[in-house]
Amino acid sequence: MLKLRRTMMYVPGNNPSMVKDAHIFGADTVMFDLEDSVSLNEKDSARFLIYNSLKNVDYEGTEIAVRINGLDTPFGLQDLEAIVRAKPDIIRLPKTETPQDIIDVEKIIATIEEKAGIPVGTIKMMAAIESAQGILNAREIAQASSRLVGIAIGAEDFVTDMKTTRSLDGVELLTARSQLLFAARAAGIYALDTVFSDVDNEEGFANEVKLIKQLGFDGKSVINPRQIDVVHEIYTPTDKDIEKSIRIIKASQEAFKKGSGVVSLDGKMVDKPIIERAERVLTLAAAAGVYVFEGGEENGY
Amino acid sequence: MDIKKIAMAGTLESSDVSIVIEPNSGEGIEIELKSLVEKQFGEQIKEVVLRTLKELKVEKAIVKLQDKGALDCVIKARLQTAVLRAAEENTFNWGEED
Repeated sequence: MLKLRRTMMYVPGNNPSMVKDAHIFGADTVMFDLEDSVSLNEKDSARFLIYNSLKNVDYEGTEIAVRINGLDTPFGLQDLEAIVRAKPDIIRLPKTETPQDIIDVEKIIATIEEKAGIPVGTIKMMAAIESAQGILNAREIAQASSRLVGIAIGAEDFVTDMKTTRSLDGVELLTARSQLLFAARAAGIYALDTVFSDVDNEEGFANEVKLIKQLGFDGKSVINPRQIDVVHEIYTPTDKDIEKSIRIIKASQEAFKKGSGVVSLDGKMVDKPIIERAERVLTLAAAAGVYVFEGGEENGY
Repeated sequence: MDIKKIAMAGTLESSDVSIVIEPNSGEGIEIELKSLVEKQFGEQIKEVVLRTLKELKVEKAIVKLQDKGALDCVIKARLQTAVLRAAEENTFNWGEED
């Protein structure tokens, strides 16, 4: 089954009440943050809290990521020493600038896995790209490690680096989002979009989700449980999409049986990319639980 | 670990516990507990404290807890934080936790 990553919910790493209940809101991935949401003098307590929570709280199968502090801070190495041993699904790196950043962290993760008796390669990685330099290196970053399951854009730091600010239509992010998508698709990994900070602006949020879905992103980081359903609704194929996709697949199967290379549906030509898109709609629909493949047949991502 | 100074960790927010740890001029561990759920879980909380201190090799300390319904793993995390701060230790041997 395709792993959906439509929503990755940020949870501040030093808040026990949020940390223990983070999974109940239905985000596809929960991300505990040891970085920007934790003040410098609480880095130690957040690290202990997340370590112990991961070891003891049952997150009922929700994918868990932990954002660590960078290796260029006094906290990054200690974060890895603790968090790798607590075995989250994913360790997320902040402010990735070069492929070497990924390679450095990967080496440390592998060493700790070995020491702790965890099969090397168990823990996956995700990288956040938050600067002009990082965006320019996105292609190499995305291909730097087989552990990488996705790359994400962090817009707040990025727009600051670009000497601009965020706008509702996101024009300042268009090139960066596109470049990040190129890098992710070329590497065959997920592309995740940045947070939308104004939780009360529901219309602005929905518009941004529609934009990034249309661009091709797999999902978006969210900062409040209220944002989850909005993203999931926009990302879940409608009945109409599903019905059309089923008809496309059936028509292509019929044509294949007849030995015909060209498929026609409602007077329109259906070719390979259209069939692949229809397969993807059904795969997404199945993963979202709104469609069941007949006879358990499943088409690829 | 030796408790060298007074240190604290945690908060008074719901599901958290605020812990103050102090050097003990006497012998052993003294625990002062205030909890919303003291009647039901007081003994269990004290057990978590004693077990965690034993793991950290703390033999002498006064531990004051104000519990707001923290899970055992939260109590352990806050106590580990407070002990390391009080012992003026910057690193922790995570390998021993495996």
